[in-house]
Amino acid sequence: MTAAVIASRPGAGVEIETVRVAGGRNETGSEASVTVVEQKVEKVEKAEVETERNGRFGEWLQALSRAVLPPVIGLALLIGIWHLATLNGGGIPSPGKTWQAAVVLFSDPFYIDGPNDQGIGWNVLASLERVGIGFGIAALVGIPAGFLLGRFAVLSQMLNPIISLLRPVSPLAWLPIGLLVFQRADPAATWTIFICSIWPMILNTAQGVTRVPQDYLNVARVLNLSEWKIFTKILFPAVLPYMLTGIRLSIGTAWLVIVAAEMLTGGVGIGFWVWDEWNNLKVEHIIIAIFVIGIVGLVLEQILMLIARRFSYETR
Amino acid sequence: MTKKIVQIENVGQSFDTKKGKFVALRDVHLDIHEGESIALIGHSGCGKSTLLNLIAGLTRPTSGVMLCDGREIAGPGPERAVVFQNHSLLPWLTCFDNVFLAVERVFSAKEGKAKLKQRTHEALELVGLTHAENKYPHEISGGMKQRVGIARALSMQPRILLMDEPFGALDALTRANLQDELMKILAATKATMVMVTHDVDEAVLLSDRVVMLTNGPAATIGEILEVKIDRPRDRLALAHDAHFGDCRAAIMEFLYHKQLKRAA
Ligand SMILES: Nc1ncnc2c1ncn2[C@@H]1O[C@H](COP(=O)(O)OP(=O)(O)OP(=O)(O)O)[C@@H](O)[C@H]1O
Ligand SMILES: [Mg+2]
Repeated sequence: MTAAVIASRPGAGVEIETVRVAGGRNETGSEASVTVVEQKVEKVEKAEVETERNGRFGEWLQALSRAVLPPVIGLALLIGIWHLATLNGGGIPSPGKTWQAAVVLFSDPFYIDGPNDQGIGWNVLASLERVGIGFGIAALVGIPAGFLLGRFAVLSQMLNPIISLLRPVSPLAWLPIGLLVFQRADPAATWTIFICSIWPMILNTAQGVTRVPQDYLNVARVLNLSEWKIFTKILFPAVLPYMLTGIRLSIGTAWLVIVAAEMLTGGVGIGFWVWDEWNNLKVEHIIIAIFVIGIVGLVLEQILMLIARRFSYETR
Repeated sequence: MTKKIVQIENVGQSFDTKKGKFVALRDVHLDIHEGESIALIGHSGCGKSTLLNLIAGLTRPTSGVMLCDGREIAGPGPERAVVFQNHSLLPWLTCFDNVFLAVERVFSAKEGKAKLKQRTHEALELVGLTHAENKYPHEISGGMKQRVGIARALSMQPRILLMDEPFGALDALTRANLQDELMKILAATKATMVMVTHDVDEAVLLSDRVVMLTNGPAATIGEILEVKIDRPRDRLALAHDAHFGDCRAAIMEFLYHKQLKRAA
């Protein structure tokens, strides 16, 4: 959450505001601060109203700075260390150089110069599309599978060993299988996403089903509800939070995997782009890509958190 | 005597725990007659909820036979409504929808949606919760949740009403009101009731027989007290009723003398 706030607030603005807040705090109640405020607002006759409003505004600013300041300091520290580390030269570009490269890069993110040279925007979108398809199919298969596994103990006994065996397998091991079956790079990458992101959804959904409180199931039994009613009125709402956790983990995994898969399959995509820039020895672009990948991952996660909160019955 | 609706014959219930078998109930014999009101009373943890769950069909006895209408109780059903000790409302449904789920299940075969909704409103009105219809369970107090649970059970017009400390979380005034309402409903519907309670006055006021359980583990029925007070009963008049006092004294004697000694 806080990261999103940073992104939307330019650093300079925040600093100025915190200075003003600090000043106000030091001179609480003193004439000096009040007059400064009045001069600024230029409404001497409404002095009292204005100071009150300003007080509230000040409080709001204080709260904001408390929320924003620590992450901003953390980020500044990171960039500082990065800067120090690159002072003596070496392969890693400095923050300044990376920033300049980023400005150039994002001035035209959607150019197309042949199939293998497209703007970073297109690359990100291509990756997102693959993730969307692979993850979407995984959700369509994984969530119902999770419900079945949770509801029927025999099924889970049958499949759990297989799942435990397959789940820790690296995504890259799945890629050749995909290439073999689909004969093309693009579906192979999607397949890899699918197979790697399906497990958290199956496991979390299944766990959610087995954790539905017995009390709720007792209600269903006393009312003698139909299977369909049990599913829609009890099972589904009770499992939803678990399911959304699974989906969130899955999206995270999918976004992790896509970079590796695309490095191997080529085409258009952020993973391939990283590899391409490495071959061109444009290291600053790689660093930019790392930030872009991180931010997109963060945004995906935040969107899902938002959805999760919307559907959680405690906060509705 | 009227027809036996529930027969409990030589029933025992044990649970498998980590420390081995735990015998909660043993040798329970009880016949419940149609239209009768029974109070189950006993110290905490003696097995009152366990016995109620057996009658509800939520659990099966490990020994003995449980019959309802002469047939073995194979599982729960809407003709035996339960008010759960922990209210068990579905947190994602509003109070209205929680009750409606039950109403819909029982009456939707014969009645239209408008009638179902009306029944739901009536049930909630009965427990004084019309104003909280559209609230979610986490938005209302413990006593209110308990009342929604009662409304849900009553709305089903069950033949047997099983209640596990339904008025436990309520203040004295609300409790008295609901007790009076309950007596009216039972008189009107001729439903059978089994109620678990800790409250001696409540047990005597509401029931025809008070079933007293001995302390666990391996609890069983210690004594059964018949309350021979005519209905309708009036709580104010009963305060000076000699038989009422005797009944109270007998239960207190059982709970605080005989059973406490055994527990000590
Ligand atoms: N599922 C279970 N597994 C193991 N032991 C159980 C189980 N259910 C109940 N018991 C035990 O059986 C005994 C009776 O429990 P029960 O819930 O029926 O008590 P109770 O009389 O309803 O108590 P209270 O008045 O506090 O509600 C307790 O000792 C309890 O620990
Ligand atoms: Mg109990």
